[in-house]
Amino acid sequence: MADHLAPAGAPHAAGEHAADGTTKRDFLILATGGFAAIAAGAMAWPFISSMNPARDVLALSTTEADIGAVPVGGALTLMWRGKPVFVRHRSPTEVEAAKTVDMGELRDPQADSARVKPGKAEWLVVIGVCTHLGCVPLGQKPTDPRGEFNGWFCPCHGSHYDTSGRIRKGPAPANLAVPTYAFTTDTQIKIG
Amino acid sequence: MSIGLHNSAFKNPVIRWVDSRLPIFSMMQNEYGTFPTPKNFNYFWNFGALAMINLMIMIATGIFLAMHYTPHVSMAFDSVERIMRDVNYGWLFRYVHANGASMFFIVVYIHIWRGMWYGSYKAPRELLWIIGVVIFLLMMATAFMGYVLPWGQMSFWGATVITNLFSAFPIVGDHIVTLLWGGFSVDNPTLNRFFSLHFLLPFVIFGVVFLHVAALHITGSNNPLGIDVKSPADTLPFHPYYTAKDSVGMVVYFIVFACLVFFAPNYLGDPANYIPANPMVTPTHIVPEWYFLPYYAILRAVPDKLGGVVLMFGSILVWFILPWLDTSPVRSMRFRPIAKWFLLLWGISFGVLMYCGGKPPEGIYVVLSRVATLYYFAWFLVILPVLGRLERPLPLPESIAKPVLRGGGPLPAGAMAKPMEKA
Repeated sequence: MADHLAPAGAPHAAGEHAADGTTKRDFLILATGGFAAIAAGAMAWPFISSMNPARDVLALSTTEADIGAVPVGGALTLMWRGKPVFVRHRSPTEVEAAKTVDMGELRDPQADSARVKPGKAEWLVVIGVCTHLGCVPLGQKPTDPRGEFNGWFCPCHGSHYDTSGRIRKGPAPANLAVPTYAFTTDTQIKIG
Repeated sequence: MSIGLHNSAFKNPVIRWVDSRLPIFSMMQNEYGTFPTPKNFNYFWNFGALAMINLMIMIATGIFLAMHYTPHVSMAFDSVERIMRDVNYGWLFRYVHANGASMFFIVVYIHIWRGMWYGSYKAPRELLWIIGVVIFLLMMATAFMGYVLPWGQMSFWGATVITNLFSAFPIVGDHIVTLLWGGFSVDNPTLNRFFSLHFLLPFVIFGVVFLHVAALHITGSNNPLGIDVKSPADTLPFHPYYTAKDSVGMVVYFIVFACLVFFAPNYLGDPANYIPANPMVTPTHIVPEWYFLPYYAILRAVPDKLGGVVLMFGSILVWFILPWLDTSPVRSMRFRPIAKWFLLLWGISFGVLMYCGGKPPEGIYVVLSRVATLYYFAWFLVILPVLGRLERPLPLPESIAKPVLRGGGPLPAGAMAKPMEKA
């Protein structure tokens, strides 16, 4: 069709750009295809976007808690974004154990000081989801096994975490994640 | 090619490998590429393709809405409001889905009207037409159950009224209604099953549409002249001629659709459906969605419960026997000088019923509904069968190609009447 729009004097419409073998029709097909691709992308976008967290889900993405009542050696489990967050009130010996570990022994080397807030070394806040395949490790309750490093022990596949929540033994590849959080007062924390 | 493999005409080795074993590429090429299609289609022939696109839009938006919807009486309404306010682009899906239902009925009503005007239901396309009526009934059931899901006042009372229609049947009526409800009123079990069926039926429709298209590709398309294709000169390959023509219609369709969705998303809806369902209070004026109004008017036109229900269902069931009610050998209304006016009047009676269905059942509206209902059935059961024998149709063109190409002798009067209609 488009070829018929070529100037009357052209020897053969399709041969107008014969030097490189392209024609107006090639251009039209490419332009149409290009627009179709853009339109398909524009249509797909809202569908994909709708599967992301909705606004009411995002609005629930902070959790506040008073941790003042947790005794030394005790723990508290909070819920944040549908996941457990472990808060542990560490004893001085536990803090010391976490600080003095040789970095060479760690699979995911990270100093204890990088995992707690300055001046708040007795409080460890980590997401209670094993970095292996997402189970919740044991160790929050006094009766729970805490593993060989006195932190947490994941019963699913046997990962051991230390008193800083770092992976020490077992299949998990990384330390328990530290969520974004802040102390709003001495005993209040806000996660998220 | 060795025995057992399809002899593929494709050159690309990968396509050829697949096509030899499962000739889907050949099928697409035969059915949508080179498929010989009458060359004289007008824009009425866009609406089948538009309906197909509409069905796909409804299924796509519906699946994503179902990801966020909760089919429970205490949560359904709020979950729909959450879709509107919190879910990313949820408002877009809901408005596209709700207005998509209206667009679907607009498109399908025009598609059916096209079939009636050009006699597409006549031999050899009777089964094609019957499958189409089945699709329409499935669409109505799907649309009705979908309207119940937001669990607003109109959802609830629409469901109550429509399910109660079945109580009109003697003896078994009440048992049928209890069975439909799963209880003693429209309640959570009803909502749950309606959601389940509303999800299922579109895929059933998809399957029946496949049969509709399969049957179409056996008989081939009808055309505005209503005469058979006689030679290759009467046809064009579907692609690029009708893919291009369908694309033009698609652009217009999307403009109308977009105007509804973005500028008047609630124009065709009922404000009462933004009030959560209350089983204790019936709204003063219950109306179904616009596409059900003609049948609703027929229901209310009859002063007898069972009679009204029977006529209402009958108004669509009569379409099933339309191929045998029409006794004229001529398909297209272009060559039926008397019948075309009666059919036009039937279209007007349908419009009058649609208008009256949305008005309160009193005074002039009842009279109008009764007259229109009478004519609605008179057309099918009296005028069509009788007129086919009495009417003298205009002379038919020799072939599609003759009037189109202006060749081969004098033009038949019918083709002369609307020379511009060849697009």
